[in-house]
Amino acid sequence: MPVSILKQGAYLIASVQSALTDTEVIELRDSILERVAKYRSTGVIVDVAALDIIDSFAARSLSTVARTNRLRGAKTVVVGIQPEVAVAMSQFGLRLDDAYTALDLEAGIQLLTT
Amino acid sequence: MVENTRGVRIAAHTQDADSSLLRELVAHLRVERTPLREEWTRRITEAQLLSVMTSDEIFSEVTAVYDNYVDALETGSIEALEAYAKNLSERIIPRGVETHEVLGVVLLLRDVLARSLFEKYQNDAPVLSSVLDAYEPAANRIAVTVGVSFVQERERVIRRQQLAIRELSTPVLKVRDQLLILPIIGALDAPRARQLTEQLLTGIRENRAKVVVIDITGVPTIDMPVAEHLVQAVRASALMGARVIITGLSADIAQTLVNLGVDLSMMQSVGDLQGGIEEAERQLSYAVTRTGDQSAGDEA
Repeated sequence: MPVSILKQGAYLIASVQSALTDTEVIELRDSILERVAKYRSTGVIVDVAALDIIDSFAARSLSTVARTNRLRGAKTVVVGIQPEVAVAMSQFGLRLDDAYTALDLEAGIQLLTT
Repeated sequence: MVENTRGVRIAAHTQDADSSLLRELVAHLRVERTPLREEWTRRITEAQLLSVMTSDEIFSEVTAVYDNYVDALETGSIEALEAYAKNLSERIIPRGVETHEVLGVVLLLRDVLARSLFEKYQNDAPVLSSVLDAYEPAANRIAVTVGVSFVQERERVIRRQQLAIRELSTPVLKVRDQLLILPIIGALDAPRARQLTEQLLTGIRENRAKVVVIDITGVPTIDMPVAEHLVQAVRASALMGARVIITGLSADIAQTLVNLGVDLSMMQSVGDLQGGIEEAERQLSYAVTRTGDQSAGDEA
């Protein structure tokens, strides 16, 4: 899976390295959820800077992760959405409900710590 | 261009067939120069055309156009007239002279000259008819030339201004760390709204902005596509981690947005730019305090 999930203190950082297939999106979703439970994380950052496209399935999966995490008391921050991707997503009405968004990893960590 | 060559050919033909008549015609117009010019000026004033120009100005332009007109009739070449018409358009367009006025003025001259020909040849129907045969096509062509020159000049001005507006477009200004302002002035259409979204998102990334204040005090109206573009811009900004505060919604625009049923749930809006900046500062935990008393503040 082209995603590495790192544990950084109370936070998990999942950075996506390249485009994901639907199967890989499901894998990512499941492994984040599993690790949040295992490490009792309070925050999860998903870095999607490498993605040129975020389709409806990926957007919904991210929303699911965010909602599930919220029910367990963890914040989810999606970072690194490219301007073109942001425009396309807003044009297609794709939303990331329950997830926070930040410009990049640095801003995401800052958002979790404050 | 095609129209033009055909015009020239007709003129050449007319000249061959009726050159003596045309010469006579031109001679008549030269002799009658003063009364005809005066008559033309009188008719222009009467029709309330060129109301932005003084009567002296009208008379001097009238004289120049008249001479150019007669020259064009004589030589069949409209180049000099074309150049003059272009130059004239350049001078009068900035003063707010309208297309209908220019066309009206040219058609009035045509009318004045035709009447004078009628008067001269009224007892000789066949000659009158052939004089008109020689005169009408040339006069029409001249009228078209002047009208087209004016419209072309006007379009050139419009194109130049559109370009200038697009270049001015919308600045993205950083007022504090993580805080941007986008003052939007003038009418928004879909292409401009798209360009604005692009600049907004680039600005957010370059300045690492967290809050953006979009001020639309200077926007007269908003229609459905533009409203949707704005909403999309706000959503896209949110995906990049920046909140948008809209300020300066006029009562008209607010009502339009409500009537159109635009989904504004994720738009934060504050009355005016000052309020918007204050709210943004609050969100970014800035505290602005005034140092010294009022008068000291005024001096600084």
